[in-house]
This record gives sequence, C-alpha cells and structure tokens, in this order.
Amino acid sequence: MTTTMVAGHAVELNDEGFFLDPDRWTDDMAPELAKHEGIDELTEKHWQVIHFMRKEYAAKGTGPTVRVLGKTSGVCVKELYELFPKGPAKTAAKIAGIPKPRGCI
Amino acid sequence: MGNEPITKVSIIVSKGSLEGVYPGLIMANGARAEGMEANLFFTFFGLDAIHKKRHEHIKVATVGNPGLHLATWLGGIPGMSSVMTHYMENQIEKLDIPSIPEFIEMIADTGAGLYACKASVDLFRLTKDDFIDQVHDIITVGEFYEKAAGGQIIFT
Repeated sequence: MTTTMVAGHAVELNDEGFFLDPDRWTDDMAPELAKHEGIDELTEKHWQVIHFMRKEYAAKGTGPTVRVLGKTSGVCVKELYELFPKGPAKTAAKIAGIPKPRGCI
Repeated sequence: MGNEPITKVSIIVSKGSLEGVYPGLIMANGARAEGMEANLFFTFFGLDAIHKKRHEHIKVATVGNPGLHLATWLGGIPGMSSVMTHYMENQIEKLDIPSIPEFIEMIADTGAGLYACKASVDLFRLTKDDFIDQVHDIITVGEFYEKAAGGQIIFT
C-alpha cells in the first residue's frame, strides 16, 4: 500500500496501483491516472467506459470483465483494446478508481 | 530469475474436445485482458476449433474420460456425447461463458494472433478456406517458434 498524490488529492493505492477506497475517486483524477497508464488523452469513448466501470462497481461491488464490457458498455471488444491497449478492464478500473475486476472470462 | 511479469504467451491447442479447447481459449483471452501479447496455435484435432464447419460442433469426450465419472460402456452409447455436450453447454451459458465460435471471435478482436499448424493442415488435407476468417495464417513449427520468441509457451 502506498499513499500517492493524484490531482492534488492524497489517495491510497494497493501494490498494483488500484484504489483502496473507490469513494475517494473524483473525475478530475482520471486524466492523471490515465497518463500513468500510457493514455495521454481521454476521449469521450474512454469516459464512457470509465463511467460504466464506476456504475457497475456501485451496483455489483465488482468491476466488469472485458467480456461484460464488450456486451454491455456500448463499446465493442476491438475498440476497447484500441482505447486501453494494456487490458481494457484492468486499465479502465485503475483509471476509474475501483478494484481490479475479478473474473476469468 | 526474479518474479518478472509475463508479457507474452503462445498457447498451443492440440485437442478437439470441448474440455480440450476451452482451457487454451480462456488462457489466451485472460492473457490479453492482462495486457500480455498472446498467440494461439491450433494443431492436430485442435484445428476443429477454427474449422468453419466443425467449430460449432465441438463435443465433450464421453469415452476414455474418467473425469466425467461415467462408465465407459455408458459413454459409448450413441448420442451420449451429444447429450453430455448439451448439458455442459447449458452450464457454460449459465455462467455467461461464450460458445466456442463466439469466444474465438472475441479473442481475435482482443488482438491475439490465431494460427493453424501446417503439418496438421497437410495431414487432414485442409486449406485456408476451411478455416474461419479470423485465422491469420497457416504456419510451420519453425515459424511458430519465431512468433513465440521472448515469451512463454503453453501446450494444451
């Protein structure tokens, strides 16, 4: 666990870089978190996925896998990988300030 | 060697049964989800998983499969494999795991490479036209090792 400054706020991240307390996350942290993941600019599609991650986590207590994202977020699997080349569910969860989604498919 | 993260995997699918095909697909899909580079190489009966006419009809092996806990003579009854496959497919669908054709299409969309083994393709007298469009190429074992360079190889 480490405490890091993100967009002027002190937040606690686990060893992999995921938020320990998703409630601490605010929209203005996303661009900085994205840069850390190699994404220089968040497009409207990125935001669509980020907000979907937040919504799913709030409703189910866990983030969606790539398969679920592809089926229900309105962004197809191919495009998800273009937006988040290092793994859509994992990267988007980091940027959205939620824990790493658990699920094999 | 420390605990460096795996950045690339090449997965060989050599079996043509339902339980032989799914593990390799799950591993390839999971690798891409983790941001790893992934290649799938289909060889021998594993080729059925990318065969246009056969990939929708991959069945559970009901004979010589002790894990099924079914007497061998019972597993050999005509239609038993279809019945067991139907049952398994239902369970798989309940868990929202995609069917094999859908799963392979999804894996191709993740950017993983799909390849057929040349020796097996020649053995079964197949051509590229027999395979689904997502298959990139028919490659030799040597070409497979070139593609696998710098990563882990997983045989299923």
